Formats: sequence, structure tokens, C-alpha cells
Amino acid sequence: MELAWENIKAGDELPELRKTPDLTQLVKYAAGSGDFNPLHYDPDSAPAKKIGRIIVHGRFKYASMGQLVAQWLGHRGRIKKLSCQYRGMDFPGEEMVCRGVVASTRQEDNQKLVEIDLWVQNSHGQKTSVGKALVSVA
Amino acid sequence: MARNFQLTPEMLALVGWKSQPWRFEVTTTGVRAFARGVGYQDPVYYQAAEAVAKGYRDLPAPPTYLGLPMFVPGLSDDLLPIAPGFAAPLQHGLQGLLDGGTEIEYFHDICAGDVLTGVRELKSLECKESQALGTMLVVTLETVFTNQDGRVVARDRVQALYY
Repeated sequence: MELAWENIKAGDELPELRKTPDLTQLVKYAAGSGDFNPLHYDPDSAPAKKIGRIIVHGRFKYASMGQLVAQWLGHRGRIKKLSCQYRGMDFPGEEMVCRGVVASTRQEDNQKLVEIDLWVQNSHGQKTSVGKALVSVA
Repeated sequence: MARNFQLTPEMLALVGWKSQPWRFEVTTTGVRAFARGVGYQDPVYYQAAEAVAKGYRDLPAPPTYLGLPMFVPGLSDDLLPIAPGFAAPLQHGLQGLLDGGTEIEYFHDICAGDVLTGVRELKSLECKESQALGTMLVVTLETVFTNQDGRVVARDRVQALYY
């Protein structure tokens, strides 16, 4: 169903985005983002050994929050602001779920604005990243 | 753990420091690679005709993608997409580092073919107490991205936590 401003209200849940990034996905992300920190692909690297395993890029989770919002928006508006804070690590091969809830809506300067609370949770239900988005809907 | 860390006048004098401008390129190949890395299936990020049909000039930069800083061997960081000269010249002696979070504010579309100029500024320095890590230095850095037409298209604010 296409997004319509009239139907958006606080408390609406965005369709969740489930991912289980594997090593190949992290290598693809490294190539796309330019983040070649071996912590994200080389288990024998010093930073990975310190933690005990490789971890998902924090920025991959941030980008996935953006993907969640972009998919919900369906190009019927624009993301104006997107933020993320990291609370915990995620690991390749483990499912992460990106979720979002509409926090508020308002009209301002002829723009239809929606604020969204975002988070990524791991398979234990822990929020490993939290964020917010502000979008304008056409 | 930094129990006795304090901001010095020399450190505070660096607030307002700005980097030299650096070139960030948003290319069709770059947009596709980033979209692929995140896992997008949406053809808007891969096929120009689909992007134009949705109202974009060309492939749009997916959320959080602000192009990549031009890489120059010997000048650029070999592992991280940090532009040369974008590290503020702070001498604080703290060894631990945590990513405190990021916020990007968008003002205009960013699409393949755009060439952005980024300038980073040290916005603030503050100390915060952490039970686990002691006194932390919170460094807030902001990068303003201007496109080839002179329009400010995005502002990226990051917080680095040193302990």
C-alpha cells in the first residue's frame, strides 16, 4: 500500500526489516562504504582477537535504519535527518531486526513532517542501536 | 581509564578549528556498491531510468551515503573513509575510543554525478563521567558538504568518545 500523509499517525509501526548479514555482506559493505577496518572481516586481526570475533559495522546498522525508512517512504518524500547511537555489538550470522515507530507528525512551512523512532535489535531482543529520523512526505 | 583527565585551555582553543576542504565523489558505481553493501533490492539505486521515474536526477545516494573521499595513497587513511586532514589536531593522550553516534541532516538530493566538497569543523569539547570508563572526552565534529553548484546538501555530525 502506498504511503499517504493522511493515514500516518503516531504509533504506526514501520514494516520491520530483518537481516542476517554474513561475512560476504560485510565485505560488500566494506567495499561500498570504504570502511576496511579488519575488525569487520578478519578474525585474526588484532581488534577482532581483542573482542573475540568479528563484528558488524556500526555504520551498516545506521545505513540499515536508513533503508528501513527509505523502504517505508517509497520515494514519496525525503529523509531530512537521520541519527544513530550505538549501544551494543552485532555479529555476522546472527539476525538483526530494524524497527521503527512513528513518534509524531506535524505540518510546518508547508511541509508534512514525520518523526520516527528507530532501533536495531538482536536475536535476544536487545536494542543494539537506536536512532531517529525526520522525513518530509510528499 | 582516565580518572583525572581535564580539558586544557590549549584544547578548548581548538574549538572552531576547520579542516581544509576535501573532494567527495558520488558516482554511479559508488552508489551501486553502497546499495549492494547495505542490501537494497530497489532498482532506483541501480538503474538510472528507474531513478528518473521516481523524480531523481540520477541514482540517488542511499541514506547515510555521502560519497567517498577521494583516495590518495600516502595521504588518505588506508583503512577508513576519513578524508586527509579531517582529524582535529587534538593532543589529549587518551587511548580508548568509542563511536558516540552520528546524525546526518539533508538539505537537497545527492545523486550520482555529484561532486561534494566537505569541510570539517571541531564544534565542541566536553568531559562526561562514565562509571565504567572514568572521565570521557566527548569530541563533536561536523562536516558540511557542498555540491558542485555551491549548494550545501548535507551536514554530518559525529561524536567521538575518548577515554
